[in-house]
This record gives sequence, structure tokens and C-alpha cells, in this order.
Amino acid sequence: MKKFGELIVQPDPWEGLIMGNHALARAMFEAGVNVVTTYPGSPTPEIADAILTVPVDKRPLHFEYATNEKVATEIAFGASINGHLSVVFFKSVGLNVASDSAVQLGLMNMVGGLVIILGDDPGANSSQNEQDNRHFARMSYIPTFEPATPTEAYKAFLEASKLSKKYQIPVILRMTTHVCHAKEIIKFGKIDTTEYKYEPIFDAKNGPFLPITKSVFPLKRKAFTRISSMEEEAETSNFNKVYSPFGSDKINGKRLGVITSSMPVLSLLENLDEVEKPVDVLALNFSYPWPKNKVKGFLEAHDEVIIIEELDRIMESEIKSFAYDKEIKCKIYSRTDSEDLMGELGPDRTWKILSEIWPEIFNPKVAQKASEFNNPRIPQMCPGCGHRSAFHAIKQALPKDAITVGDIGCHSLGFFKPYNMGEMLLSMGHSSGTAAGLSIGNDKRKILAFIGDSTFFHAGLPAIINAVLYDHDFTLVIMENGTTAMTGHQPHAGSGEIGEKISIDKVLESFGVKFIRRVDTYQQKKLTEYVKESFDHKGFSVVIASHPCMLKFMRGQRKKDNYVPKHVEIDQNTCENHNVCVEDFACPSFIKNDDGKIMVNEDLCIGDGSCKQTCPVTAIDFKKGEK
Amino acid sequence: MKDMNIYMTGVGGQGIGQLAEVMIRTCNKAGYSVKGVDTHGLAQRGGTVVSHLRIGKKVHTPLVPPGQADIVIALERLEALRAVHTMMKDGGKVIYYDVQYQTVDNRLGDIKYPTIDEFEEAVKAKGGEVVRVFRDDIPDPRMQNTALISEIVKLGWIDGFSKELAIESLEELMQGKGLEKNLELF
Repeated sequence: MKKFGELIVQPDPWEGLIMGNHALARAMFEAGVNVVTTYPGSPTPEIADAILTVPVDKRPLHFEYATNEKVATEIAFGASINGHLSVVFFKSVGLNVASDSAVQLGLMNMVGGLVIILGDDPGANSSQNEQDNRHFARMSYIPTFEPATPTEAYKAFLEASKLSKKYQIPVILRMTTHVCHAKEIIKFGKIDTTEYKYEPIFDAKNGPFLPITKSVFPLKRKAFTRISSMEEEAETSNFNKVYSPFGSDKINGKRLGVITSSMPVLSLLENLDEVEKPVDVLALNFSYPWPKNKVKGFLEAHDEVIIIEELDRIMESEIKSFAYDKEIKCKIYSRTDSEDLMGELGPDRTWKILSEIWPEIFNPKVAQKASEFNNPRIPQMCPGCGHRSAFHAIKQALPKDAITVGDIGCHSLGFFKPYNMGEMLLSMGHSSGTAAGLSIGNDKRKILAFIGDSTFFHAGLPAIINAVLYDHDFTLVIMENGTTAMTGHQPHAGSGEIGEKISIDKVLESFGVKFIRRVDTYQQKKLTEYVKESFDHKGFSVVIASHPCMLKFMRGQRKKDNYVPKHVEIDQNTCENHNVCVEDFACPSFIKNDDGKIMVNEDLCIGDGSCKQTCPVTAIDFKKGEK
Repeated sequence: MKDMNIYMTGVGGQGIGQLAEVMIRTCNKAGYSVKGVDTHGLAQRGGTVVSHLRIGKKVHTPLVPPGQADIVIALERLEALRAVHTMMKDGGKVIYYDVQYQTVDNRLGDIKYPTIDEFEEAVKAKGGEVVRVFRDDIPDPRMQNTALISEIVKLGWIDGFSKELAIESLEELMQGKGLEKNLELF
């Protein structure tokens, strides 16, 4: 059997059981994409994983992990106006970082074409909110596809890149978490193996690319014109279609329909299979700009239509105002319960919405809620994680009334019990800015902020520079693990995997940070001392709390032929049940039995020994007989 | 061949991804049309990790609706119990590998970890069928998922889900010594 890295660039058509994100990578190869950039973020990192399975010498495109989403967008823009078909992708909130540049793209000519893949996250499975980026498409006049399945995602990418090249317009492919990660059989087409010659064809005449006062209105006018031509494309697009699985007869004298898009299309088809009733479904998966004539026709052909969309009331507002202008008779319903504006709309939830409006067809009693179960499993740092040692050590240095500021990364988990550190969070890299604000007019309470090493480079620097300039009085702890751990161990500027490693210490020194200490987090006592010392320092101080990501490290270890598992054990004769290991340090490898006895779960323990120092009676040691 | 909803669950790091991949491939080889989806990202850090698999003709979405799972496959006892409450349909079936990964609340003594009896009571209360798997011949905890697969083959809950096809799937996903050790579990 062929390796995945061979299959995904195989020129001949093939079919396989594949995830949405991986299908997008194949689509890029088929579409002849030249440049791909990203900053890792769930639910999209597997797109990069799939591209990177192809060795550089066999990879027919240039791929880059950029420092952040804005840089990634700018690289894709630069490549596109030089004539190369480009793709930039990132998670939902990544667009906030990118938006200062991304918002301009819809005004300009993307000479080689540019596709923006957004990983929206209804349900906030792995994001700090569930923002609906369909708003952004409207704000920046960028046409949008919203595929419902991996097959559709693959096809939508091909279509998006075709339209983008044809009209030199950026196109958004809005994925959602469970479209990214859904798996099904997909039939792929062929790849044109003609080698692409990179010619730098940039010419200012293809612009304007400079939105200064004089060109703002002409650019905006052009954006409106382009969106109108896209509307014509949407009228005939296969992505906008009517499903009538049980015919279109009247029910109780009325013709009924639903307008929807993206994954709720599937939920509704499933609901219809249940009732086997003639309700039509108009799926608008080429969703912006939506086809006015098609929608008008659908509304006029039905007596009642419900608009069901995931998250905000976007299609609903637009279609209702359109129907008002056109004096369309159809009664248009929409979601009434604000609960239905949150989270994913699976079949159980679309059923609930349908049952509130058409209870005679969709029995409200069937909309059952699963029973509650209260024994939560909160994500935790892995066994051996350097962050755990850091939190444990820092806690010893913190005055009771200290304020701790969190940031994005695995160390965000420090907020949960038993560490309870990092009490607020806005976005990647916010911590130094927020901490500076907390320090104003405050000489009473100590302030400690966290940031990860990937985030340090991503969005941390401006706020750190600001803290240096004003010498804001807080301690910044850089939780350095040498990788972008949370999203799957992607490289970053300080990891040394792309070009030469950029030293965080040297960056800070060059900024003029007066107090910098570096320590391996397993040296917990030293870390505690450094943090105390930093509190005594008046003004901005930095402690670099470093330890390599142990999940990444152990994955490497386990692959070695001579790998032998290691564990710690508890000497039950010495143990006095202080419970520090299990309750305060709280490595998940420790088990507390009903009788209070503490044991080690050897399935989890990696034998790193960072816990040994936490025991007041030194009852923890490496397991005897293991090396 | 019956349409079926299969819900898989465990704790991040236990190998749910591999279990799900073997399940979906084997069901596909057995002739079902298949749709599945895994949870990725944040939940991998010691949190609950789940995977949905839906097989059969009338399947549109890959997500198993709450309370609609015909079969629950769990790699851990508490996660098995959570799935029985929230995902298993009345009269459903559950197979679980009986290891116990305590949560923070369990270790702090705030919430109790379920006993085997409590777990089996919960399944019975929903009229379900339960199969407990625990083997002491497994050299590596990451092979517990294969132990479940080999048991699922024997149970015959899924028509056509044969030993040969399951092994074929494993052979596509693993190689060398790792594969050999896993095959010994059949």
C-alpha cells in the first residue's frame, strides 16, 4: 500500500477514506496551488500535516509556517500579486489577527488567485469563542463557500480557486470543526504534473494595490461590481441546490421549505428521513453572495419557509429584508430561542427548531435531551509536563492577593484546579498588555503574566516592548517548551526547526529588559526564588520557565528500538499522606484510592521524576529495578 | 445490513484516534457506507476524547446525535459511564476496557470515581448490554484499543466485521514489531 505522502500527490485519480482537512491538501495539489501559508490553530492544522507528508523535493508547492496569521496572509497576498495561486489558512480567531491586512484583499486584484480557508468553530470545541466569520466575508466583500462534507470541501476548494483565478478575487472557504475532521470516501481527480515556473510578474498596473484616499472609492466600487458578478456565479453553482427527498407536495394545504447552509444541511436531510414528508431544503453552500433569483423562486414556490443557520442571524436578516423589498408572500420563520444561536446544529437541535414551528410534522416529544452526567474530566497537562512544575513552583512564590494573567497555549490549563493561575484571557499575546493595565495605580498587589514561546513571537512582542518602555511593574513568565504544543507541535521562530533559532533571551536583552532569569522548570526551588526576586524588582521583569514539551519528547523516545519505560513509585512505608503529589502538584499519574492510599498509574507515568521533589517526606523515587 | 451509530470514547493519549481509524476502515471493508468524525485539538490533553462513526445507507451527518448510539466503545471506565448516560440509546450495547483514569475532582475527593457495579447498574437502568474487557497479557497500554477490536470481532455486534478485515486495517496503519504485537491480541 502506498504511503499517504505518495498518495496525496499521486497524479492519477484515486479514491479513499479521508478527512476533510486532508482532502483540502489534495485539492490544493489538483488545483495547482503554488504557495501555502498558515499559523497553526485547530481545527485546521491537519491541512499542513497532510502537505508536509510530501517530502520537500516532491512537493509541488511552497509551504510556510508564518509567525502569525497576519504575516501568513501578507505572504499569500504578495505571492498572489506576483502571479502565483496562493492559499492561506487558519482557525476562526486567527482571522482577528490577520484582519488588518485581510480586510483589504476584497478590494484588490489577486492576480494569481488567493483562497482563504477559515476553520470556524461552532461549539467552541477548541477556541475561546465561536465567532461567526461569515460577518467578515460581508465586511470585506469576499465571496464564501461553506461546504457541508469533506467531499464538498474538496470540490469547493477546486471551485474557489477557479473563480479566484478567473475574477482575480479572493475567495473564502469557510470550514467548520466537524467538516474539517469528518471522514468519508472521496473520489479525487488527477493532478497536472507540468512543472510550474515561478515568474515574478508583479506590475503596479494590475492594481491599484495602494488604498490611499484617491483610490478608496474606485476600489470599493470595483468590489461591489465583483460581488455582483459572483452573484451570477452563485445562481448557477452546484453548491446551491434544492433537495426534495420526499417530493414537493403540499402538507395540510401548504408547501413547506427550509433554507440552510453548511453542516445543518445534513442535519435537516436526516430529520426529513425520519418523517418522510415533502419538505424542500434549499442549501446555500456558495453562501455569499447568495443567489437572489434562486432564493426568490424558492420563497415564491413555498407558503412557509424556515431559515436555519448555525450561529448568527446572517442569512436570516439578509433574506428577510430581501423578501420584504420584493413583497414576497411566503411566511418566513427563523429561530426564536437564543439558545439556538449557540453551538453546532446537529440533527437533534434542528429537529427542536423544526418542532417549534411545525409541531404537527416534527413531534416535539422526540426532541429528547440526553441525560445529565456530572463527573467532568477537565483537560490536564500531560505527565512530566514542565508547565506543571512551573505552576507548582510559582504558587509557592505568589502572595495570596497576587493577580495572575493567562494567555493561550497548553499553559492556559493552569487556570483549572488545583493551580488556579491565569485568571483572565483575551487572545494570543494579550497577557503583557493586560498585566500593564493591571499594574497602573497598583503598588499593593503583585502581578504575574504568562505567555508561551510560540505566542511570544506570534503576538507577544508589541506589548512586551510597551512594558519595557513604561517599565510597567509586573513579572512576565515565559512558559517555554520549544514548540507550538497545543496544536500538534508545529515549529516556531524559537524552536530552531525553521532557519536558525531566534533566542528569546537575546530579543529581551536587545529590548533593554533589566531583569531576565532563565531556569528549567524541573528546578522548582530555583524557579520559586526567581519569581520572588522578580517581585522585589520594581518594574518589568521576565522569568523564562523552560522545559521541553514532554509529550513530544516521549513520542520520540517511544519510537526508539532501545526504549524502556520508566516510572516512579511511592514507598508506602514512608508516605504520610501529605497528598502534595496528588492534590497540589497533581500529576495525573497519581491515583488516590478510597482508603487514602496513593498509587502510581503506570500507564500514565513516564518516570520523569519531576514529582520527587514535591514530597515533604521524600516517599517518591524512581522505581527500583528500572534504569 | 443495519444502519448503526457507534460512539467511541476515552481519555486523551489512550489511542482513540487509532481505534476509530481501525473501526471506520473495517466497517468500510465490510461493505458499509461510512461517515465518521474525531475530536481533535484541546481535548487531547488528558481530557475526554471521542469519535463518532455512523454506518449504513441513511446516514448524512457524521455526528451521532445524543442518546442515539447503538454501540459505545470505551477505553476507560468513567468515560464509558459518561457515554452510557449521554450517548447510548435505551437498549444499546457498551464494550469497555476497564482501566481507571481519575479526574482532578476524583483525586481531590470532590467527586467519586464510579465502581464497576455502579457502572453496570447504569447500563442496566437503560436496558443495555455491557461487556467488560481487561487483559493482563498486554505489554503496552497503547494496545488496549486493539484488545477491544479483537473482542468486537468475537461479539459479532456488527455484521461482517471480521477478524480478517480488522487485521487488514491494522496492517494498513502499523508496521514492524508494533503490528506483530497487536496481531497477537487476536
